[in-house]
Amino acid sequence: MEQTWRQARAAFAAIAIPPIAWLLLFFLIPLGVIWAYSFGENVGPISIDFTGTFANYGRALEPLYLGIFWKSLIIAGLTTLLCLLIGFPVALAIAFASPRAKAWLLLLIMLPFWTNLLIRTFALIAVLREQGYVNFALEWLWNNASGFMALVGLQPLGDYEPLTLLYNNTAVVIGLVYVHLPFMVLPLYSALDRMDRSLMEASLDLGAGHLRTIWAVVVPLAAPGIASGVLITFIPALGAYLTPDLLGGTDSQMIANVIERQFKRANDWPFGAALSFLLMYLTFIAIAAQALVQRRSERRGR
Amino acid sequence: MAKGKYLRGASRRSLLQQFGAAAIGISFAGGLSACGGGNRRVVNFYNWDTYIGETTLADFEAATGVPVQMSLFATNDELFARLRAGNPGFDVIVPSNEFVTRMSQAQMIQPLDHAQIPNMANLAPEFQDAPFDPGRQYSMPYTWLTLGIGYRKSAMPAGFVPDSWGYLLDNARFSQRIAVLSESADLIRLSAKYRGHSLNNIPDTLLSEIEQMLIRQKPHIKALHEDDGQDLLVSGEVDVVMEYCGDIAQIISEHGDEEFGWVIPREGTLLNQDCLAIPTGAPHVEDAHAFINYLLDAEAGAAIAEYIQYPTPNAAARDLLPDEYKNNPVIFPTPEIMAVSEYGAFEGDERARLYEEIFTRISAA
Repeated sequence: MEQTWRQARAAFAAIAIPPIAWLLLFFLIPLGVIWAYSFGENVGPISIDFTGTFANYGRALEPLYLGIFWKSLIIAGLTTLLCLLIGFPVALAIAFASPRAKAWLLLLIMLPFWTNLLIRTFALIAVLREQGYVNFALEWLWNNASGFMALVGLQPLGDYEPLTLLYNNTAVVIGLVYVHLPFMVLPLYSALDRMDRSLMEASLDLGAGHLRTIWAVVVPLAAPGIASGVLITFIPALGAYLTPDLLGGTDSQMIANVIERQFKRANDWPFGAALSFLLMYLTFIAIAAQALVQRRSERRGR
Repeated sequence: MAKGKYLRGASRRSLLQQFGAAAIGISFAGGLSACGGGNRRVVNFYNWDTYIGETTLADFEAATGVPVQMSLFATNDELFARLRAGNPGFDVIVPSNEFVTRMSQAQMIQPLDHAQIPNMANLAPEFQDAPFDPGRQYSMPYTWLTLGIGYRKSAMPAGFVPDSWGYLLDNARFSQRIAVLSESADLIRLSAKYRGHSLNNIPDTLLSEIEQMLIRQKPHIKALHEDDGQDLLVSGEVDVVMEYCGDIAQIISEHGDEEFGWVIPREGTLLNQDCLAIPTGAPHVEDAHAFINYLLDAEAGAAIAEYIQYPTPNAAARDLLPDEYKNNPVIFPTPEIMAVSEYGAFEGDERARLYEEIFTRISAA
């Protein structure tokens, strides 16, 4: 029989009050302050009047900023898609590995979290720059190929021209995929690991190929995992600012970069707050969409 | 702006900057254990990274018995944001010229008692007063610095010197080999300088021309750097970079002047002055004055300048230093360049917001 919290009020309170107080004090109240700022007006370098104006939202909805929101959505969406395409086979492989290998593979997935995001991003710069490891490896291959061609009497290839891999939107997407991949793999893995294997065996026994089994049986069963993986990849990717800042070029500004500059260089907290809240509304929409997917798949499961 | 750390290799300054960005949100209560206690004598010094002599703080403690506790910031914006909601206990801070004006207007820094700073007499005459702080009421100069172009000599034709901002801001010659500072005000002001206008009071028509010019130039610029331009130069990413003098002085002293060069464009440049100031609500005002006075001392100032490789406003200190500092063209610009260079005035928050919006438009274009 299910117990409800009413049957153990004291125990429930003891467990629930600290986190609720924590959440209230350090999350909801500061968030409320920022929300209030978004209806404020600058009246001096350090003073803001709470006038209830919608001017900040009006400005945030200008085409300039909507364009940047749109671009951030595209980059975050592309990142999420790539994470899903790369993460799904990885999660599938881990779910079907032997228990011993599974532990090691999961550890490998979580290993990057032991390092600060900033350090990882700088490491990525060292890998991708013109005098970086990718270009070193390609140059080595190029020179060997060139030497080999000279050896067999063909025209050598000439000097190696390093590839420009950094400071463009591709670098930003590579960086975001690298950072967010574990967020995708872990929920996918937990969904795939829980899956009832007999359904797959049935599908294979009844004549479906491997691909068809994955597409028609595994993917629908893993849908809630896919939805939560998509969500927890998409939301942080949408708000990314460090990656576009460090890996991006002149064309890679995302909305979080604009928000950061409002709070710092522009010293315009009300406008920065309005932009932040627009971003948050987008996030709520994403969460609502995920909840819809979840509910639909639960209904189908019944 | 990152400060020179002459003796270090690849520095941690841009790391610090990013950590700083992350730390602002949580820093309101942290640190400064010494500030609450009241009675214990200490100077809480909020400074740029590696912007002090090797033994300066220890020497001050030996001379006065007062220890100095130094914390670091990476940008003026970070300094401002940290103090915006009230002074968390700092006694001496190092804002740049524009921020001296802004913070004095907001009453975030307090007037200095010149009687307690006799070493003010060591300053060169042109630093005894300042347009951004009339009568030096709120600030003492600590160092000053120029913006210029650092370049890779091997990427230039023999003897060629990129001595115009145009090579960065209005020219495809170094297409995709250019990095400029990711600072809206600096970019716009230097563009105005390039167009032959003062970098202050830029008229709206010129602003929109500058916007168009930078949008045209954008495909040729490889990176907007967060003041780590010298690293981009050293790692071979770019060949010409907009940077502060000390950052390029550092790589030239590390790699030799065969490889890298420094030039301040003939149109003139933006001067900055980092100043010592006492924030409002500082718990140890008297010791803060003593510390500022000590930093302006001839020998202490010489030791700092020699270590950090930035130009010093302290004439007495400069006299004590060897020729390779005093006559270093990377550290001290020529009189001709000085004649066409200017300090950027604080033109109000509205202006800063306008520049920021122009920068956002350029980036989004």
